[in-house]
Amino acid sequence: MYDKLFPPKKILLSNGKVVHKKRSRAPFITILVAIAIYLSAYYTEFSFYTIFTRIHNFFDIIIAMMPPDWGYINHLWKPLMDTIKMSLIGSLIGAVLVLPLAVLASVNIVPNKSTAAIFKVILSLIRTLPTLVTALIATFIFGLGPIAGSIAILIFTVGYVGKLLYEQIENAEMGSFEAMESIGMTRFQAFRYAIFPQVLPSYLSTSLFCFEGNVRYAAILGFVGAGGIGLLLNQDLGWRNYSGVGMTILALVVTVFIIEQISEYFRRKLI
Amino acid sequence: MDKLEKQLHAAPRKLTYILTITAITVMVMLWSLTAMNFKDVNSSGLGIMLNIFKGILNPDLDLLFNLTNKGVLYLLIETLAVAFLGTIVGAILSIPLAFMSASNLVPKPVSWLVRFLLIIIRTVPFIVYGLMFIRVTGPGPFAGVLTVGLISIGMLAKLYVDAIEELDTGVLESMTSIGCTTFEKIRYGILPQLLSIFTSISIYRFDMNLRDASVLGLVGAGGIGAPLIFAMQSYKWHQVGSILIGLVVLILIIEFISNKVRSKLING
Repeated sequence: MYDKLFPPKKILLSNGKVVHKKRSRAPFITILVAIAIYLSAYYTEFSFYTIFTRIHNFFDIIIAMMPPDWGYINHLWKPLMDTIKMSLIGSLIGAVLVLPLAVLASVNIVPNKSTAAIFKVILSLIRTLPTLVTALIATFIFGLGPIAGSIAILIFTVGYVGKLLYEQIENAEMGSFEAMESIGMTRFQAFRYAIFPQVLPSYLSTSLFCFEGNVRYAAILGFVGAGGIGLLLNQDLGWRNYSGVGMTILALVVTVFIIEQISEYFRRKLI
Repeated sequence: MDKLEKQLHAAPRKLTYILTITAITVMVMLWSLTAMNFKDVNSSGLGIMLNIFKGILNPDLDLLFNLTNKGVLYLLIETLAVAFLGTIVGAILSIPLAFMSASNLVPKPVSWLVRFLLIIIRTVPFIVYGLMFIRVTGPGPFAGVLTVGLISIGMLAKLYVDAIEELDTGVLESMTSIGCTTFEKIRYGILPQLLSIFTSISIYRFDMNLRDASVLGLVGAGGIGAPLIFAMQSYKWHQVGSILIGLVVLILIIEFISNKVRSKLING
């Protein structure tokens, strides 16, 4: 299409041959991106003037956080532990629930192609919704508190681990599966002994990785009332208790760092 | 004992190992359950769930196809604009930071310092930035753009660094040997290698930013999040349904396009 609008340049080589050099797409893409930037700036009321005149407010807040209020840690333990518990339980239950879903979404295990396609669509729809929106809906159904947060994390885990798991199952080596089926094992038995041991390490590793990310997510779920440390962050930012916010963020950074180290150690062991 | 039996007994016995792991998992699970308080869960939740499903099944079509600035379409465009401009801001800011944290270009202490800064930027929840930027720009999509820009930096810069550190230096050496100037080396040796990877990473981040931008409205930073939460709090499930449908369709379309473009960028 593009080549028809802007015909390729003809170059006569010294031996009399004519070669075509396709026109660069760069100017076209640049114009497109420039238009998109202009429109976005218009819709979002972007202005450099505001940034230059008012950005000091942002740094003022950071400076106000600077010596964190160390004593504030006493208020932090319970919400911090709640955050970890929410992500633990959500990830654990989610990782278990996802197993049958991922198996049903794998084309090479399920004999019926359309069943696999339906489960793939379900998994991708689950993945689409932002976690905070799921959490918000969950607070209406399960009430305010950590249960709603755990449910949101569970749903996210199902979507994320599910996709990676069915991809791993589909890429698994099928030779032993077929051999076991041919000697009269059922499909389930063949899956249990041929495919499952193959995908187990990467499944556990993916789940652990998802858990790491979930701890970060769990920290914001409190903003919609779904339990954890987010509620405290929201309140303190509203009351301008910035030294408390500084301490909360510090505690969060340390917690996330420790959990990442532990999980990374186990993931390296698995693979 | 025949060969087969020998092989069977030779398999490592990991029973104690597996039992320990199981016991730890069960204990962790029980410990986590202590945070859960089931007394707020009651039958009214079930009714709400049914209402939500009803709302999604009969969305408020008037709101969905309304072309004014209260309609879902306008809000989706605003969300898209926040994510797009935020990604551009983040991508531009990430480039110098990425070069400053590449251990093959700058002294070790500098690169560690920048990397540490990036870890901090990544860990702070994005909603906190949103609330901070609202004090700068006032509520509205502009605060969303700055927030999305800042949160993108953490991941973009880290992935850019990986690309920079994997740069094929053989090309540069051969260019030096045929007498290219520094500018020519950057233009023909480095830029073609980095540009497609950087673009691909940025498009991936744009995909993620769209999801973040759609919830930034919760703190008043523009986009479709604010109307969503208002509709929920006033139990207008038909409106919630139409907003959710719009959002899901937009995210799926963008995911599809971004996958296409990225595979084209990587495979040429």
